[in-house]
Amino acid sequence: MSDLFQDYSEAAARSGAYDEMFAPGHVARKSYGQVSGALRELSLADVTARADSMARTFLDRGVTFDYAGEERPFPLDIVPRVIPADEWDVLERGVAQRVKALEAFLNDVYGRMAVVTDGVIPRQLVTTSAHFHRAVHGFEPSGGVRVHVSGIDVVRDAAGTFRVLEDNVRVPSGVSYVLENRRAMAKGLPEAFGQQHIRPVEEYPRRLLSALRKTAPAGVDDPTVVVLTPGVFNSAYFEHTLLAGLMGVELVEGRDLICRGNRVYMRTTAGEQRVDVIYKRIDDDFLDPLQFRSDSMLGCPGLVNAARAGGVTIANAVGNGVADDKLVYSYVPDLIRYYLHEEPIIANVDTFRLEEKEAREHVLDRLDELVVKPVDGSGGKGLVIGPDASKEELDALRKRVIADPRGWIAQPVLQLSTVPTLSGDKFGPRHVDLRPFAVNDGDDVWVLPGGLTRVALKEGSLIVNSSQGGGSKDTWVLANSPQMPAEVIPRQSVTVREQVSVWPVESNWRDRQTEQQQ
Amino acid sequence: MLSRIAESLFWIGRYVERADGTARILDVHLERLNHLPLEEQRSVARELLAVMGAKPQSEDFGLPELLHALAYDKQSASSIAGSLGAARENARRARETVSQSLWESLNTTYYGLNQHRKDVVGTYRFCNWVLERTAMVRGLADTTVSHDESWLFMVLGRSLERADMTARMLSTRDVQSAGMSWVNMLRCAGAYESFIRTRRAAFGDQHAAEFLLLDRLFPRSIVYALRDADECLAKLDPSAQRVGFINDARRIVGQARTFLEFHRTDDLMSELPEHMERVQKAVTQASDAISRKYFNQADEHAWVGEVS
Repeated sequence: MSDLFQDYSEAAARSGAYDEMFAPGHVARKSYGQVSGALRELSLADVTARADSMARTFLDRGVTFDYAGEERPFPLDIVPRVIPADEWDVLERGVAQRVKALEAFLNDVYGRMAVVTDGVIPRQLVTTSAHFHRAVHGFEPSGGVRVHVSGIDVVRDAAGTFRVLEDNVRVPSGVSYVLENRRAMAKGLPEAFGQQHIRPVEEYPRRLLSALRKTAPAGVDDPTVVVLTPGVFNSAYFEHTLLAGLMGVELVEGRDLICRGNRVYMRTTAGEQRVDVIYKRIDDDFLDPLQFRSDSMLGCPGLVNAARAGGVTIANAVGNGVADDKLVYSYVPDLIRYYLHEEPIIANVDTFRLEEKEAREHVLDRLDELVVKPVDGSGGKGLVIGPDASKEELDALRKRVIADPRGWIAQPVLQLSTVPTLSGDKFGPRHVDLRPFAVNDGDDVWVLPGGLTRVALKEGSLIVNSSQGGGSKDTWVLANSPQMPAEVIPRQSVTVREQVSVWPVESNWRDRQTEQQQ
Repeated sequence: MLSRIAESLFWIGRYVERADGTARILDVHLERLNHLPLEEQRSVARELLAVMGAKPQSEDFGLPELLHALAYDKQSASSIAGSLGAARENARRARETVSQSLWESLNTTYYGLNQHRKDVVGTYRFCNWVLERTAMVRGLADTTVSHDESWLFMVLGRSLERADMTARMLSTRDVQSAGMSWVNMLRCAGAYESFIRTRRAAFGDQHAAEFLLLDRLFPRSIVYALRDADECLAKLDPSAQRVGFINDARRIVGQARTFLEFHRTDDLMSELPEHMERVQKAVTQASDAISRKYFNQADEHAWVGEVS
């Protein structure tokens, strides 16, 4: 380990961030004990050979994302991110709490708007959100769930505290990499798995399918679930195919669907087949040309009306974008108190609302120290990091903020926590975030143990998005008892059998004859 | 055709399929084994070896020994290297009958056996490589050999071995200690996606076992493999019998297949060990019967000798 981790502690000290693997003084934290032991046994040649083989496996399996029209493998680093059981317990509860609050908020803003009447959040803020869709106002979606799947991005600040960076309740992506990363790591670093129990992630597709089936329209016994993809050119197309494959459901495009009489059907070789639940991986704007963009070729006309009439469940529900608007985000702690009467378990990152005059002036003075984000962006689009930006960029930003203060928020620059990451011939600290995924089936919010850890592969960079040079790490949540999983099935010996024979008695004259002859 | 050649072809089919099945089983179970505490790892390794029909050589049997016994041991016919070596040896004896490309791919495979690191990570790659090579051998056998008698013997061996291997995969269920074993069983057989698509939301041990044992359309299910074997035997036997049977192998294979195909599955899980045992037994008996009928006519010679 000595040469691979040479210079690591200096580099870590330089960044000033919280390191997930090493406590100050270059001592491996307890949760990383086994990983650090396994790495210590490996030479540089071993590590690079394994990293190469993992990269090749990803390409062979087609684990790619689409970048500028080109399929690229998603870089997976060999050092996992390990979360001890007690820290995960907090995260898990915090994420579930947030999802419940956002669910309640969405139900409210598309209904009575009590949250506005009670003065928790300004009406104008809700109605000016680009993703507040009046087309879905005033009805409860069948199944009663709006946020079936969510990804809550959390980061760890320099003090080591987890904070929520943003919520994704429209079409959170990335879970396919969680599943694939685990497969690759089980074969790439098998030594690290042995003596500790790492909570499995493979049940995600089953959990998702059962949640989708559970929220089907009333009166359907055996619901048909489909995944709706924009098509092969979408950057997350690999994920759509993987999820559809692992759930054993059809992957459909808009042109495979027909709406008639507020029911949705898909065209099959056996005629039209009714579709009950659509797991939608298309942006709302493209979903239904009757309601949203009329030039969309990706959706299917009539879906929204079918959902309104209760003929189909759309997951996640149309109009969820209002809840992950970044300005609404700054109100989520209040929403948690308002709807759940609880204190938020995970805090937000401090956020300046630029509509407020004082805050705006304060921010405009310090643009070069802050991160400024568009409220409806995703994937790191349009985000400006003050300390890294040129003067021209800052001036352009200043103009845009003044022109549309509702469209932006500002946050202090967070030193995201770091994890050792292979770069060239040694490990260096690289910044990471974490996106835990939650599945809501209406009764219960289940949080996938772990989630997607994205890592900025460039030293010092804080942008982890895959479209901007990010990679990922497998995320391990350690189980409470280090020994075994909860359900230990009693072992049976291979030979023990009390069963009466069901096969016919072996009486074959011919065999006997030959035996006698011999 | 010569009995000797027919026998070689039959065994090429069997050995290649055995290498394929063993690689599949090893690949999936290695992953599980790695997650177990050391003590348990050792006992599971022992049981896994027993399922594959071999006995540990020494008292001290752990993961490295398991890898040797199932993957790299060239002396043992139940290891991957041993099977592929034997397949190549058989092809060498029947070189004038098998196509050039089939021989070459078996020979290349044989020489590639040593080019892998023999630790856990290397074994994953080795298993993958074996799956690719055996798929290639099968493909070449199907596309470059006339589908005459010689090909039928190869397919017969392959189908019987496939039934046997699937039975062993299902038997490894007993070896697994930590949950989710049915996913492993299905992944062993490469059946996971097919299963999920057919069964939709019905997951579970019982359904997975049913699929691998009884599915009429999945090519690696036991019923499917036995039906393949049955069809080969029917084509090999020129006498069109209207009633009864004169071919013992057909009787054994046919009885096993029909029993399984039309068996009620209410108690499948508790009956599974018996099914597996009987399937493996049927395969052995059928193989013996085939070799008595087609390969060595020692019995008949003795009888001729008596008369003269």
